[in-house]
Amino acid sequence: MNAPLPDVASLLNKLAEEIRPILTPDTAMVGIHTGGAWIAEELHRLLKPKLPLGTLDISFYRDDFSRIGLHPQVKPSAIPFVVEDQPILLIDDVLHTGRTVRAAMNELFDYGRPSAIRLAVLVDRGGHELPIRPDFCGITLAIEPQQNVQLTRNEKGQLMLTVA
Amino acid sequence: MPDSQQLTPDGQLKHLLTLDGLPSRILTQILDTAETFMDVGERDVKKVPLLRGKAIFNLFFEASTRTRTTFDIAAKRLSADVVTLNIAASAQSKGETVLDTIANLSAMHADMFIVRHSQSGAAHFIARHVAPHIAVVNAGDGRHAHPTQGLLDVFTIRRYKGAFHNLRVAIIGDILHSRVARSQIHALTTLGVPEVRVIAPRTLLPAGVEQMGVHVFHDMKAGLKDVDVIIMLRLQNERMKGALLPSAQEYFKQYGLTAEKLALAKPDAIVMHPGPMNRGVEIDSEVADGVQSVILKQVTYGIAVRMAVMSILLGPTAS
Repeated sequence: MNAPLPDVASLLNKLAEEIRPILTPDTAMVGIHTGGAWIAEELHRLLKPKLPLGTLDISFYRDDFSRIGLHPQVKPSAIPFVVEDQPILLIDDVLHTGRTVRAAMNELFDYGRPSAIRLAVLVDRGGHELPIRPDFCGITLAIEPQQNVQLTRNEKGQLMLTVA
Repeated sequence: MPDSQQLTPDGQLKHLLTLDGLPSRILTQILDTAETFMDVGERDVKKVPLLRGKAIFNLFFEASTRTRTTFDIAAKRLSADVVTLNIAASAQSKGETVLDTIANLSAMHADMFIVRHSQSGAAHFIARHVAPHIAVVNAGDGRHAHPTQGLLDVFTIRRYKGAFHNLRVAIIGDILHSRVARSQIHALTTLGVPEVRVIAPRTLLPAGVEQMGVHVFHDMKAGLKDVDVIIMLRLQNERMKGALLPSAQEYFKQYGLTAEKLALAKPDAIVMHPGPMNRGVEIDSEVADGVQSVILKQVTYGIAVRMAVMSILLGPTAS
């Protein structure tokens, strides 16, 4: 029972236009693996900021390591710019509990002290467990707690949202 | 001896005691995880919070500098609390048994023991007697195994050569006394290296070494021809009881790696050594410090590999 959701391309365009006014030449974009990195790639293509895109794998910063262990396919984090004093736009696909964003912020601070971090997400699905809210959001959805919003990418590179 | 003690019934790593019989699935998991830890050493804060609150005890019943220090750094980079005990110099010398030492440290809520011991099988023995939630890592036991060294060696090879299936690897020197060589041979053959050679005088080869799936050479000229990787072993003077060799000078002449002998290997061959090196005995300084040497890289990679082993073992599968 996978219900189709709004078209990702139009959400991305909307999100890009929201972000554009605050984008300064030194803004660094960082996507969280895996879905957030896909969204960040698209936004990076649309907004063409000067700095290269960064990616974070937050596996080493999760708060549930002792319960679920290390993710079997951790991807290296790649931050190809200086974080110290840099404004950062942190990007994820779906905001749910906020724990991933918490972990990502902790990791970013281990690279340096950013001057500011803003959060952009494609979907805010509710169910927040931490005082973390997006600064930019493609769409807000009211999703049942037991349901899962998922972003997938097919071989052609097309992104799709599903609720299961 | 393949080891069922180190895997859980569903095939997850529980202790790391030997590479003998460890499936390539697990070896690859460790190497891939190590790869992800490589950038931690480059950051402002060289630390991730993964093992915060875990207590790791480094139990060194035998002297070591490099291995002990890299385990120590690896644990600290994972934010674990780490305590290093040089037991040769402490309670054991007062007559406490190994199991009493272990029981006392367990009472201090240990999560992991890293064990170095001069007796083969010491880490297995400890692993059999610890509480179920405690993981044991063998950091070298007698002549038997040194699994994290074997892992960091194959990690180094993979980083420089990309894959294993098309390589010729030569291990040279004191195979007889070398736990490192045993671990390397198990890892290399499991990961699919088609040709592992050992080059050594007859007196420094264990009986039946061919059964480990290696090709035996006694001559450097033939053995080094067209190899991709050269692993020099330390001539273990301290283990040498009796006259296995005429002299260190004679050994260097026959088996020491010089630029001239290195030229027999492929032009892009890498030179490895687990350390500590005896310059002028098994390896010439010109080669040890030369462009083909990756010896210091091995040390750096050893940290990431040990971080991988610790974080895999201390995940929930350990309990």
